[in-house]
Amino acid sequence: MNVLIPETEAELAGIVKEARAPLGIRGGGTRPLGRPVDGQELSVSGLRGVELYEPGALTLVVRAGTPLAEVETTLATEGQRLAFEPMDHRGLLGTTGTPTIGGVIAANVSGPRRIQVGAARDFLLGVRLVDGQGEVIRNGGRVMKNVTGYDLVKLMAGSCGTLGVLTELALKVLPTSRASVTLHCTGLDDKQAVAALCRALGSPFEVSGAAHLQRGPDGDAVTMIRLEGTEASLAYRTGELRKLLAPHGDFTVETDPERTAADWQRIRDVAPFHDRAGDVWRLSLKPTDAPGIVAGIEGAEAVYDWGGGLVWLLVPKGTPGGNIWQAVARAGGHATLIRGDRSGGAFQPLAPAVAALQDGLKQRFDPRGILNPGLMDQGAAA
Amino acid sequence: MDMPAPDPAILSRKAELVARLDAVLPRDAVITDPAETRAYECDALTAYRCPPMAVVLPTTTEEVSAALKVCHELGVPVVPRGAGTSLAGGALPTADSVILGVARMNAVIEVDYDNRFVRVQTGRTNLSVTGAVEEDGFFYAPDPSSQLACAIAGNIAMNSGGAHCLKYGVTTNNLMGVRMVQMDGTVVDLGGAHLDAAGYDLLGLICGSEGQLGVVTEATLRILHKPEGARPVLIGFDSSEVAGACVSDIIRAGLLPVAIEFMDRPCIRATEDFSGAGYPDCEALLIVEVEGSEAEIDEQLETISEIARRHNPVELRQSRSDEESARIWLGRKSAFGAMGRIADYMCLDGTIPVSRLPEVLRRIGEMSREYGLEVANVFHAGDGNMHPLILYDANAPGELEKCEALGAEILKLCVEVGGCLTGEHGVGIEKRDLMGYQYAPPDLAAQMAVKDVFDPKWLLNPAKVFPLATAQAHRTAAE
Repeated sequence: MNVLIPETEAELAGIVKEARAPLGIRGGGTRPLGRPVDGQELSVSGLRGVELYEPGALTLVVRAGTPLAEVETTLATEGQRLAFEPMDHRGLLGTTGTPTIGGVIAANVSGPRRIQVGAARDFLLGVRLVDGQGEVIRNGGRVMKNVTGYDLVKLMAGSCGTLGVLTELALKVLPTSRASVTLHCTGLDDKQAVAALCRALGSPFEVSGAAHLQRGPDGDAVTMIRLEGTEASLAYRTGELRKLLAPHGDFTVETDPERTAADWQRIRDVAPFHDRAGDVWRLSLKPTDAPGIVAGIEGAEAVYDWGGGLVWLLVPKGTPGGNIWQAVARAGGHATLIRGDRSGGAFQPLAPAVAALQDGLKQRFDPRGILNPGLMDQGAAA
Repeated sequence: MDMPAPDPAILSRKAELVARLDAVLPRDAVITDPAETRAYECDALTAYRCPPMAVVLPTTTEEVSAALKVCHELGVPVVPRGAGTSLAGGALPTADSVILGVARMNAVIEVDYDNRFVRVQTGRTNLSVTGAVEEDGFFYAPDPSSQLACAIAGNIAMNSGGAHCLKYGVTTNNLMGVRMVQMDGTVVDLGGAHLDAAGYDLLGLICGSEGQLGVVTEATLRILHKPEGARPVLIGFDSSEVAGACVSDIIRAGLLPVAIEFMDRPCIRATEDFSGAGYPDCEALLIVEVEGSEAEIDEQLETISEIARRHNPVELRQSRSDEESARIWLGRKSAFGAMGRIADYMCLDGTIPVSRLPEVLRRIGEMSREYGLEVANVFHAGDGNMHPLILYDANAPGELEKCEALGAEILKLCVEVGGCLTGEHGVGIEKRDLMGYQYAPPDLAAQMAVKDVFDPKWLLNPAKVFPLATAQAHRTAAE
């Protein structure tokens, strides 16, 4: 089937209004998340371009189909960036294509710096969208502080195109750091590593990345902490942090900018699982709960980010989700099947009262079930 | 400001309502004596008052649920109330409503430094959340200026900000989870000690919904380790345009100060008379604060000073000690009190794109002359959240109406230049009837659809946020 690629918001709204069967909404198609949608594909990639960029106000307004790379290049010319460090899913999922800013926001995709500055949703100031009836809706605006009416902006971030098709986004951007360093420690087990990361994140030294690989590049476990800022400030904070962490292990310092950038890109994109067979899960947990939950899942290998609060789990292909969802639910948190057979639903089962609210919102924003129906369906707990 | 007429059918059921509330709540938790309910007739928007039918002050989530269930079954509107510090009338009762106050629910339930959160009951005040963790070096970042009095419940309802949100964000960026009771008594948990949502971001939707979607009884809040230190620099300019350009240059230089505060001449003069902080006599004054170790602070303040010097400041004063910092902040922190000494004032809260600052200040000046009411400006310049203070005489007939008309013009101007009606105070009743200037009918319909899902009978916090006629038409069409 041909992909529909409208070039204006009005054209897109017309397609949705006229649709009589489900639409599969996508940006660049690099992040096939959730239950696969059986429907006419509709790509937002025709809506592209920067509407407004005010570096002095840290504000960018951009059409949803704009390639992420174009957004990043635009910001780089002014020494700014998307601080939430969105992950590129292509390596992990084996997809090709061009990631769009709309896809990043629709799936609320953040990277290692989320632990310091917040998630994609925290940087979204305003949206324009087309709801399931083809109506164009605005919410939020382009200013950083705005409590005028309900916050549908947050609701849209992470709703994966099931409530509306995003057409335009206003984003808060931040200055790029002058420099960054990584502190490394090898040989810690998961529990020791999370304890060290918690200590670092609970310090005043503004940690911007806190990760642990069960199997680093050399096969040994590696624990990593990132600091960003000016050279003088980094030298000071690195020294203080090493002192603070001495009881946890000996942390060495990597200052080479290219190696540091590459290290954190590998964490961001979950590179250790790129060429490995098996299903991949994404768990959001209270950090100190994470090592115990990982240990309880048979045959699992883990990459920890966000100080332990985000766990990427590689498990044998076809591992049933029930036990994982149950273990996570008991502790508090959620798990999503990212790579594997998602036909039975990929998202954490919700409490009935919460599921009822979610269903109610879907019913209101898309009463005909046109937009990505079933994509965010919950899996079945064992 | 219109409020809907009370429903006589509801008023006539008062005896039954009170009996049923008494049956499910502790004896002292239900207040019906008119002398006592009068204490709840208004919040900090004192121009509007209306005693409620009854007040309930539960102490647990279960009691909140039981009280809401009774009201739901009897079709009685409920107005949730934190500490009653809303400047927007967010907790203004209607005569046929029950006030549900969470003030007695102020316990700290859990403190977890490893995972950096606290869980509290929402009647706890903002400042006492930090109070519970500061001995161990931690703090809760959002710091609305009413933080000594305001409750976390109200902070969540209005998505409150503060002076330091340029770096730390507002309530929604620091809220990890809530336990919430829906109007029918159902208790739901959203979020928790982990990050991001399992499905739709309902937590993000609840924050800032002005108590119209549910009553939040417990909150999980992110805490941070305090910075090693913080110091400001004070910079005076002979024009607002130049001050605005300086703010923009500081941000473009890649610095992220923790606060950038702006005061204009009327405000500088009033605070100087009141506090004697030693501010220069100039058109515009910036206070820029940075954080870190001593050396890091020096490095940042020097960079900011270099940028400021390029704009020919009339005064540039870097703080070198806690004492000097306190002196620089003294005037700013007493600004509202200083203005209150001169006259009654109305505090606005619109946000504008920072780039439009000079133009907006100029036009506010023109409007001020046209209406014959003085306007002083003090605000968070880094994020464009303006707080124009309109000075008036509450005892002079017609002055309040004139003041409100000027306020509405200024807020419309904020929207016109690409900003919004309210940056941190909320819509409440105060800006309810201006919502049509910011949002088109389909935009408001989408928000009201959310209300339909969470509170199908529209009983929670009635007559706020949406223009009365708009809400009525929406509900009539749905029936």
